[in-house]
Amino acid sequence: MSVMNAVFDSAIWFAQLCLALAALFAMIRLLRGPRAQDRVLALDAFYINGMLSLLLLGMRSSSTVYVDISLLIALFGCVGSVALAKFLLRGEVIEP
Amino acid sequence: MSANGLPLWVTIPGTLLLLAGGLLTLVGSLGLLRLPTFFARMHGPSMGNTLGAGCILIASMLVSSALLHRPILHELLITLFIAITAPVTAVLLMRAALQRSKAVARD
Repeated sequence: MSVMNAVFDSAIWFAQLCLALAALFAMIRLLRGPRAQDRVLALDAFYINGMLSLLLLGMRSSSTVYVDISLLIALFGCVGSVALAKFLLRGEVIEP
Repeated sequence: MSANGLPLWVTIPGTLLLLAGGLLTLVGSLGLLRLPTFFARMHGPSMGNTLGAGCILIASMLVSSALLHRPILHELLITLFIAITAPVTAVLLMRAALQRSKAVARD
């Protein structure tokens, strides 16, 4: 039983490491992206990585508060990405 | 320590799901970094990150259900949001990129 718990802890650790590397890659693309659409795509990947690492933090500390924060990040991040894509497409976010 | 006393039906699928989710997210972001053009770069996050997010969210659902001794389905809301909004964002970004590259080619 406790062996499996130790394995689960190290799986959480491994997933946190992977997510940190993925966020680093997205950040490099965000800073280096040749055009604006690359940066918007990298920002989209970056907020998903941040949301997932917050969930893993919640699993590590046995708390259920982090789920609500992740829900808010998912909601606002998607609104932001759609607004930026719409701006790139039309030059305006809300058309008259 | 953190995850003490979790039952075996959480830790075994949770371990597998966490490994798969971490690797899938890493591969998605690596594709975002390494692929040559924007239209190829589009594929990495929109498939790898969505699948990895699904895996990690199911693992989190298992853990919080075991902690509170009742089924917790809040993470399904996040999965639903991501599954609904990721294709919409991808299609809008793709259309914007197509229009912008056409405008560059026309000039």
